[in-house]
This record gives sequence, structure tokens and C-alpha cells, in this order.
Amino acid sequence: MTANGWFQIGLFLAAILLITKPLGIFLVRVFEREGTVLDPVLRPIEKIIYRIAGVDERKEMHWSEYGITMLLFSAVSMVLLYLIERFQHWLPFNPQNLANVAPDLAWNTAASFTTNTNWQAYTPETTMSYLTQMAGLAYHNFASAAVGIALAIALIRGVARHESKTIGNFWVDLTRCFLWVLLPACLVGSLVLISQGVVQNLKPYSQAQLVEPQEVQTQSPDGKTGTQIVTQQTIALGPTASQEVIKMFGTNGGGFFNANSAHPFENPTPFSNFFEMFLIFAIPSALTYTLGRMTGSRRHGWAVWGAMTALFLVGVTAVYWAEARGNPELAGVNQVTGPLQSGGNMEGKEVRFGIANSALFATATTDASCGAVNGMHDSFTPLGGMVPLVNIMLGEVIFGGVGSGLYGMLVFVILAVFIAGLMVGRTPEYLGKKIESYDVKMAMLSVLMSSLTILLFAGVAVVGKFGTSSISNPGPHGLSQILYAYTSSVGNNGSAFGGLNANTPWYNASTAFAMLVGRFFVVIPILAIAGNLAAKKTAPGSLGTFPVTGPLFSVLLVSTILIVGALTFFPALSLGPILEHLLMLAGKSF
Amino acid sequence: MKQNLRIAILMTLVTTVVFGLLYPLAVTGLGQLFFPAQANGGLIVKDGQVVGSQLIGQPFSSPAYFHSRPSGAGNGYDATSSGSPNLGPTNRQLIDRIKSDVEKLHAENPSAEIPVDLVTSSGSGLDPHISPAAAEFQVPRIARERGMSEADVRALVAQHTLGRQFGVLGEPRVNVLELNLALDAAHPKR
Repeated sequence: MTANGWFQIGLFLAAILLITKPLGIFLVRVFEREGTVLDPVLRPIEKIIYRIAGVDERKEMHWSEYGITMLLFSAVSMVLLYLIERFQHWLPFNPQNLANVAPDLAWNTAASFTTNTNWQAYTPETTMSYLTQMAGLAYHNFASAAVGIALAIALIRGVARHESKTIGNFWVDLTRCFLWVLLPACLVGSLVLISQGVVQNLKPYSQAQLVEPQEVQTQSPDGKTGTQIVTQQTIALGPTASQEVIKMFGTNGGGFFNANSAHPFENPTPFSNFFEMFLIFAIPSALTYTLGRMTGSRRHGWAVWGAMTALFLVGVTAVYWAEARGNPELAGVNQVTGPLQSGGNMEGKEVRFGIANSALFATATTDASCGAVNGMHDSFTPLGGMVPLVNIMLGEVIFGGVGSGLYGMLVFVILAVFIAGLMVGRTPEYLGKKIESYDVKMAMLSVLMSSLTILLFAGVAVVGKFGTSSISNPGPHGLSQILYAYTSSVGNNGSAFGGLNANTPWYNASTAFAMLVGRFFVVIPILAIAGNLAAKKTAPGSLGTFPVTGPLFSVLLVSTILIVGALTFFPALSLGPILEHLLMLAGKSF
Repeated sequence: MKQNLRIAILMTLVTTVVFGLLYPLAVTGLGQLFFPAQANGGLIVKDGQVVGSQLIGQPFSSPAYFHSRPSGAGNGYDATSSGSPNLGPTNRQLIDRIKSDVEKLHAENPSAEIPVDLVTSSGSGLDPHISPAAAEFQVPRIARERGMSEADVRALVAQHTLGRQFGVLGEPRVNVLELNLALDAAHPKR
């Protein structure tokens, strides 16, 4: 670990702190329709969209209607994505003449991108046409992000309103998020990325003459090995920047290329890397301010922010420490950090990012539900790879996905308030609303659904060949690979221990199901809470009310998250990464 | 319900046109207008022939060239198949691969310690860079093979070493392809 490494991490946190208030205020103005500087340009477009789609923008929705329209939009757009994939061969923008996507893979990918997961069981360069990437995958990066933010805003309204039957209009929230929040930032951000070297074109792949032709080992389908002289390098191109920016800003994480943000065309420089990490946390962090502002308790917003930041710092410190120490099993290799090399565990990492930025990126991408990677988590040291896994297991509430981070965190807020209420022996209250058994039941349902799905599927996958034959790293690491796959799917993260061969019928079907559960079964109870809270009366707080502001509340919130997470997942973790760590120290290999 | 389904279909279509087609095409236009070199992949042209990209690494095996990192992209630096072998830290394949690479490198330069990035594969399999330590390790071999002084090779390495961006971000690094092209230009192979 170096002073410069810590400085870069500090710089990142400072940038996030600085954007939180201005972007948070902007979000309030967008969703409360208070008027913004962008209105003269965007308001006419908004009206045209409403006219074409037949939306009545003055209508307010009950939580159940809000939920149903959200599900309808997700289902319809998911079907469209499936169709684009299945027919891409005959559609335009396919200069590489790629074939139609196989049904199970197309289904998995459609579920994956609709749920903001961006789990990728395919190699994009050789599977997805430019049209599928633009109108299918990048489009869903916008859509699923807008849906997530709309849901978070609906929940905030539920907390803020009183004696109200409605929590907003889904179509209006969705459209305004598309136009005001995502579009302007992506137009500017994609140009920033192009300036750094991210490609943006619709050309066929380039052919380069290798400076030194190489003799490579080949294996024919009948198993014969031979050698072949390779003289050319085919360089995959495409409309990358326009997708890269929303992939990060919408915490989607689905790479334009297989190597994701490790690929030099997705993430060419340390600055593009910094910018991409900044985009991951920008909206989730700002939403805490939006929460404080819309509920009239800014200090509550900052208390939530403080809890998130504390957990983020613990995570990044742990990964940085573990990766900088390197792998003790590599004899004769210099892994010591020095002025001429970043050292540490460089397997699966890029030289331009080194250890500090790989550790920071891995932490940010799993704190949020992003799932983009700039280094391969599968090749991290056992403890370095456990932190991303744990971040997702905790529910991705450490800033979290756009929208989903905040609504996930509010579930824990309700639980924390409930636990505090039990401790002081009073009816728990949250910002003047009584928290009653219905709210707590719904909160628990939301937490249990995801934990149960992760452990159930991972448990099933380790008992049969259909699951274990996909393992690429034997020993305890194999369990980590399977555990990570389902944790990432349910958490809608999308990063992976990438060695696991996930493009099998079992994994395509089961992870797709897990992703849908992780998104929609978690969200419905939350919308129910929103509707229920909105209908309640507000009572002013009294001396006996447990405050939801200040460091004491942040500590209680962090403890609630850690206790729930540890009780659920510690046994599984101890058989995977923790055991592997001990065996690595003992010099064992598999 | 029926009305909302109709809205859902129309909303999907209209937003797909705006965000799935108009937006990326607009960005493509702007990118091609303002940053044409970057938007098209930073291709390096030598004698009218594309010989690679500034951002995409290439494999080198001759002792007269600086070597890139091991690559897990296809058969090595296959830029249509980016990725890493994803070997875990306790996987015997990883430990054995590194052990055999270490032995080869020790034979070439017995006195120096082997920098970790020179024997580990990158995340993309296309890493265009090696660390300055990995370049320094190879300097004696290049000097010997090309009949240059080590000081001349070091000067060339220094020219192609990028520091931290804005003095702060990332890590110092050496672009292998650009360095090797410069090597060929300055001092052709014997």
C-alpha cells in the first residue's frame, strides 16, 4: 500500500462527496417538477413522448398500479430485447455478420439486462451485433436504471407523504429520469470517454499486421494439436463509448467487450478509470441527499450517507491490503511495491491501474450493483475476492445500484428503527411515521427473498455435475465461484468469478430466474411499504423517539446490515474464501 | 391494466428509438467529428499499413523485442476475444505456469528479480503496457540482441514511459508496441 494509492482513494471519495448535494438537489427538482435549466430543451421532447405513448401526466398512482406498470414496462422491453437478439442476423448494424443468439442465452441476457444485472454468459465481440448492443443492451442500461431510480423516488415519496393514497406516476418518473437525469450526463460523459480513447464507430473490425508474426499452438476439433503462424490481429471495434457511460452511470456493468472495463477500449487511461468509478457512485450517493431533502430531514440523509461511506472504507481497505500483499505461493517473483512497479497480486489486473485502482474499482462496483470490472475478481487473493462477494451479499446498500441501493438501504433503516424500538421499548417511528408489523414483515420478506434464493441455488448447484462441471478453479475456490454467481445474479450485480463456465443450460436458466427474483420479488414488498407509509399520519417526534440522524444512528444502521449479512452468509463464506485463504497461507494448491 | 399495457408497448418503442438508436448515432457523429483518431481505435499506421493500436497490446517472442505480459485472450493478444484465464490464487495451473515462466526469465537475466507483471496475465489479455520494472528487466537482453548500449535502450524506454496521469492517477507504465516500433526505427535488428 502506498501514500499515492491512498491519495487516489481519498480523491475519489472527495469527488463523490462534492457531487452528492448538487446532484441530489437536481434529482429533487426533476421528480418534484420544480423546474430545471434543461426544461426549455427537454420539456417539448417529454410532451411528445407522452402524446405518442398516451400518458396522462397529471394522473397519480396507488402503489399497486405503480408496481404493475413497472412490471409491464419491464416485461415488454424484455421481450423486445429477446427478439432483437434472436433476429440480429437479419437486422442492420451487423458488419461482422454475427449469427442469431441461441434461445437459452438470449433469454438469460434479456433477463440480465432488464433487471439491471448485466450478467454476461457470452463473449460480446463474437456474439452481439452493433444493433443488439445499441438498441438492445445499451437501451436496457438506460431503461433499467430509470426504473430503479423511479422506484427509489416512489419509496421516498411514501416516506415523505402522509395520508396519501398515491406515490406518483410511474410513466412520468420513468420519462423524466430518462430525459433529465441520464441523457445529458451520458452525452457529455461519452465524449469525455472518447477523448481518452474509448472507441465509438460502426465500422467492421480492423485488421492489423502484427509487428512480429507469432507461431501459436492450435487444437483442431478432433483433438490434434498443431502450430499455425498468426500474422494479423483483428481489432474489435464498435459504438462503445455511448454504452460505456450509461453502463457506469446506470450501475449496469455489462461490458461492450468481454474483458469489460479492463479492456483498453472501454477504459483506456487512469483518468477514464477514475471517471468511470465516479459515475458508478454519483447517483446512488446523490439519492441520499434527495432522501433527506424530500423527507425534510437532511441530517437523516447524511446519516445514511455516513453509514454507506463507513462500509465502503472498510471494504476498500481490506481489498487494497489483501491485493497489495500478493500471492505467497508465487516463488521467485518480486511482488513488492516500489517506484517502478505497483507489485502485489497482478494476475488478472492491468498495469495502468495497478493495485490501488483495481482494489478501489472492485469495491465500488460491488458496493453498487454495477458489476463492471477492471480486473478479474476470480484471480484476486481469497480475501481480496471475498470483499466484493460480501459487498453484494450485504444487499448492495453501500451506495448501491441507482435507486436499488437507496431502497435496499431503507429496508435496513426500517429494520434498524424496529430493533432500536425494541431496545427502548417503544413503538418504532421513522420520520414521524409509526413502523408497524406490516412494514417490518414486508422489509423482512424483501431481505429473506434474496438471501434464500442465493443460498438455495448455490446449494443445489454444488450437489450435481450440472453445477460443478462448470468450475474452473478447483478446491474451495470452486465453491466461491458458484456462490459468487448466484450472489451476483440475485444482487443484480453482474460481475463474476469469470472462470465459471456460465453458458450452460443450467446456469443460463437458474441465474436468469435468480436475477428476476432479485429484482422484482425484492421490489414489490418495498412498493407495498411505500404505499403503506404514504397512507399513515405523521406524528411529531417526542423525547422518547430514537433519532434517525447523527453518528449513533449510522452505527446502528451499519450494525444491522452487518449482523443480518453475517448471520446469513458466514457459514458459506467460511467454506469458500476463508478456507482458501488459510490453505493458501499453508502453501496448498489445487 | 389494458391501457397501461398499451402505454408500455408504445413507451418501449419510442424510448428504444431515442435511446437505442438516435443517442448512440449522435454520439458516434460527435465522436467522429471531435476525436476521430480515438473514436476509431487509435490505430498505428506504418508505411500505409495498419500495424496495431496504441491501446491494444501485441505478442512478441523474439529476444530482440520487449515482451508483453502473458495473455489469456484467445491464442494470445486476440483482440476479438478479450479476457483472462481467470485462474484463482490457489490454482495449480497458475502456480505452475508462473514457475515455468520464472525459470525461463531467470536463465535470461539471472541477477535481477522478476517483476510480477511480467509473469502474470492481465485482465483484458490485451494490456498494452508493462511496468517500468518489467522493461528494465529486459534491457540487458535487448541491448545484447541489438548490439546497442544498455544506456541507449534505457533512454528509449524512458521516452516511452508514461508517468501517472496528471501526476496522480494510475501507475507508471511502458507501451510495449510503441517501444518496439521505436526500437525498430532507431536500431534495426542485426
